[in-house]
Amino acid sequence: MIVGRREAWTGRLLLVLLMAVTLMPFLSLFVTALHPSGSYPSGLEWPSDPQWGNFVKAFQAARMIELIKSSVLIVLGVVPLSLLLGTLAGFAIGHLRMAGRNLVFLVFVLGLTLPFEGIITPLYYQVRDMGLLNTRWAIILPLIGLFMPFGVFWMRAHFVNVPEALSESARIDGANVWQLFWRIHVPLAMPALSSLAILLFLWTWNQFLLAIVLVDDPLKRTMSGALGAFQGQWGTDMPLLCAGSLLILTPTLVIFLIFQRRFVTALLQGSLKG
Amino acid sequence: MTRPTPDSAVDSPATRPGPAAVTRKRSPARAGGLRTPSRVGWLFVAPALIVYAVFVLRPIVLTVQYSLYRWDGIGPSTWAGLGNYVKVFTDPDLFASILNAVKLIAFFSVIPVVLGLAIASTIRRIAASRLALVARTVLFLPQVIPLVAAGIAWSWLLSSTGLVNQLLGYVGLDGVARAWLGDFSTALPAVGVIGAWVLLGLCTILLLSGMSKIDPSLYEAARMDGANSLREFISITVPSLRQEIGVCVTVTVIAALASFDIVYVSTQGGPGNATMVPGLEIYYLAFSERQVGMASALAVVLMLLVILVALPIQWLTKDRS
Repeated sequence: MIVGRREAWTGRLLLVLLMAVTLMPFLSLFVTALHPSGSYPSGLEWPSDPQWGNFVKAFQAARMIELIKSSVLIVLGVVPLSLLLGTLAGFAIGHLRMAGRNLVFLVFVLGLTLPFEGIITPLYYQVRDMGLLNTRWAIILPLIGLFMPFGVFWMRAHFVNVPEALSESARIDGANVWQLFWRIHVPLAMPALSSLAILLFLWTWNQFLLAIVLVDDPLKRTMSGALGAFQGQWGTDMPLLCAGSLLILTPTLVIFLIFQRRFVTALLQGSLKG
Repeated sequence: MTRPTPDSAVDSPATRPGPAAVTRKRSPARAGGLRTPSRVGWLFVAPALIVYAVFVLRPIVLTVQYSLYRWDGIGPSTWAGLGNYVKVFTDPDLFASILNAVKLIAFFSVIPVVLGLAIASTIRRIAASRLALVARTVLFLPQVIPLVAAGIAWSWLLSSTGLVNQLLGYVGLDGVARAWLGDFSTALPAVGVIGAWVLLGLCTILLLSGMSKIDPSLYEAARMDGANSLREFISITVPSLRQEIGVCVTVTVIAALASFDIVYVSTQGGPGNATMVPGLEIYYLAFSERQVGMASALAVVLMLLVILVALPIQWLTKDRS
């Protein structure tokens, strides 16, 4: 019993320490952001005269409203379409089980570990030839393609476990495959779909490489790509850079805190399946 | 419908026909009887497959094709055979970038997995407490924020006047204080620390949730047989977590080999080439130095490396059942 209690206290101490290390960078960003703009504060030091105005300044310098709008547009372009295409394919491979499904599934799965850097060069020339460079489509369309392996993999894993008898009985009632899909299987797939939606949202919002290569204008990029540009522009003004970074972090943080339980389960399932 | 077409003219990208807009086919499927014909299944798969083919498979094929040429991205290209690949493995700078990625595995994978295991087994007993629930949220933060932001925050922490040096000063280690990311000998480990920070929380929580599925009676039986906690850890915890450990290792190793965001933001590959990784090298070669062939050869090597590392880990840690 004493041993158990001591173990529990060690555990608690360790946990608190770990949380402190995790939060340290955020705290440092915050404290630095309050120093006078253009100064070079040292370490973690509460400023004598906190400059809350830095956040307003960074908000205007980063043009936050336009940035959020751009990221939202990109997410709206990527996530619904990826969900639809992934579900259709996952349904066919996992439930309809057509001939040749193993081959096509293998082709998708091979893309699961693909580093985006591997195809970024031809992607640049391809997007340029399509006339989409410097538009949001340059990020949206390739991302949908790049998300297909995970989307199909994820939805197939769901549909493989749906009992066939469910479809059989609906068929007897005269439903065709299209009705079967929309009226029975999509509603049943909602938990899997919402987890997938969260993951895709996060990966789109934080996408950096595609944004900096394919789109020059930070205002047409994802949040992450815009932050890269913000760093290039304000990199020498530490307090302003820190304030800007925090602002750019905020939308994801807010959404994460609202949906935290779903996020954590989605990320856990996501990495376990992926 | 577009397919991954092997381009015949690499040297004239301007005249290359771009793939037509992606067409999505809806299937007005009429089921004939109880069994669905394969044709219908393929109609369901087609839209996903087309987008995947146009934006992933075709670029993969093109990367391989580019890698066999010397091309500046604008003018005519000349056949180079395997010359670019030879250069990837013989040019000290290029090969060093691959080695750096491999070294990063120690930080991105080994630290989060080993430390994650240790932490998770320590806090296993209090996994249901309120503190642990709060911790779950907090430890996930690094997974949710953009890596770019993590890079910016840590560049500041690790700078010569940053918090890390300040803390070292408190414990009397002023002597080792330095600009961690600007020093040739510490830049790569410093980048590694950023990666470890990002991935430690994910690994800890993943392993912890795996531990909660282990049957407690196994531990009771071990205690009865007189096993100490180390013995328990080695003969019960680790084997039961085979799958979770496999996932952690796979995810983190890929993150190390394909790292880009963190390095781009914190060091841009410097000082010198001390933190250059393949992902960043590809970016520089293709888009600033205009050596598309060389960039593509390195890209092919990187893609193969990731697959060659990921597949055995998957195979080794798969459930035996």
